[in-house]
Amino acid sequence: MHYNWDWGVFFHSTGIGSEIYLDWFVKGLGWTIALSLAGWVIALLLGTVLGVMRTLPGKVLPRIAAVYVEIFRNIPLLVQLFVWYFIVPDLLPEGLQTWFKQDLNPATSAFISVVLCLGLFTAARVCEQVRTGIQALPKGQTNAAYALGLRIPQIYKEVLLPQAFRIIIPPLTSEFLNIFKNSSVASLIGLMELLAQTKQTAEFTANLFEAFTLATIIYFVLNMGLMLFMRWVEKRVRVPGLIALGGK
Amino acid sequence: MDFSSLVTAMPGLVSGMMLTLKLLVLAIVGGVALGTLLALARLSHNKLLSNLAGFYVNYFRSIPLLLVITWFYFVVPFIIGWLTGTNEPIGAFYSCLVAFMMFEAAYYCEIVRAGIQSISRGQVNAAYALGMTYSQTMRLVILPQAFRKMTPLLLQQSIILFQDTSLVYAVGLMDFLNSARSAGDIVGELHQFLLFAGLVYFIISFGASTLVKRLQKRLTV
Repeated sequence: MHYNWDWGVFFHSTGIGSEIYLDWFVKGLGWTIALSLAGWVIALLLGTVLGVMRTLPGKVLPRIAAVYVEIFRNIPLLVQLFVWYFIVPDLLPEGLQTWFKQDLNPATSAFISVVLCLGLFTAARVCEQVRTGIQALPKGQTNAAYALGLRIPQIYKEVLLPQAFRIIIPPLTSEFLNIFKNSSVASLIGLMELLAQTKQTAEFTANLFEAFTLATIIYFVLNMGLMLFMRWVEKRVRVPGLIALGGK
Repeated sequence: MDFSSLVTAMPGLVSGMMLTLKLLVLAIVGGVALGTLLALARLSHNKLLSNLAGFYVNYFRSIPLLLVITWFYFVVPFIIGWLTGTNEPIGAFYSCLVAFMMFEAAYYCEIVRAGIQSISRGQVNAAYALGMTYSQTMRLVILPQAFRKMTPLLLQQSIILFQDTSLVYAVGLMDFLNSARSAGDIVGELHQFLLFAGLVYFIISFGASTLVKRLQKRLTV
């Protein structure tokens, strides 16, 4: 089979305005990063709330959080995306529905669906990490805080969460990297993020090896870079003398 | 909501599920086999071999599965063409299968590696003292024990793989999700069909992970 190698393809004009193919990759990466960050904000906030709920005394709140986790962990990401993209907009009230479907730019409405999907999907995983982090702390911490007269919200805010978050930096990092990788499902509902731009470049230029190699390198380098950075952060925020931090 | 058209569409959904399960089983078998070889390579004393395996694992773990599926869909036919000199298309199913095997092998590798490392060093020494070769030690002593220990983790990973098979939608393969989506599209009841698909995935994944948890409890002594 014949194949024309051309690594300079990224600097060729796309024929649309003055754009070169590299611009597509930059734009795609921009969407990918925006999706990951926006999804991560939801995942971290909701995941923390759910994780705290799972460790609270009583029966109802931990049960609710557990049901949430089971539902969002046991349905494939793509099914969840379809639900957010095809079903949820139809359930909105009339006015909101026309706004979402007609007034909004298609890219924006797809963006909102994907961010909600990624955020709520990842929140279930973050919840489990937060719960593990809290439960890894010695029971004496909570008891001591009670003895000092702190109320439950204060105990979580001042005592448990600051320590738990330090412990779970490595698993949270891999959850963030997961959201970054998972954001590629956006390409399946037509959002032009990194993978979609790669596919489009491959189709336009027929230089598919080069296009996919570049995409792979971008994902790989960002992943590795972020992992090393978080390892450094983990060392920086470590409280000397506290056991079990960072697993060391 | 009216679910009667689900009954009519059932044969299509069942054959979609069969494709999903076929892909799943083959990918598990291939992934675990390749993953075990990778784990052995990672633990080997040969620096080059262990670095190569390490790079393989890091590489596949830092790129999206969807990228691998799409890439292989485009590239595998090319490579086969170069290798065999023919121009025959191999089809989306096999390119997806190769993608899943190679991708999951990276994850299985880490599980198997941890499993092997959890077997005490004395076992290896004892096997060598009995005059066993490396391959005998691994086959007869270490791996059987390691696999028993890591079965729950391997199963858990396979449940994730089961959910991830739905990504073959990207290359148009008619798996369970895609047949549900297209059947729903045809009769104009996309909502019901998608919810039904989600429910089926949930029941299977939830049921399987409950069983795995029970197994895990029984296996821990």
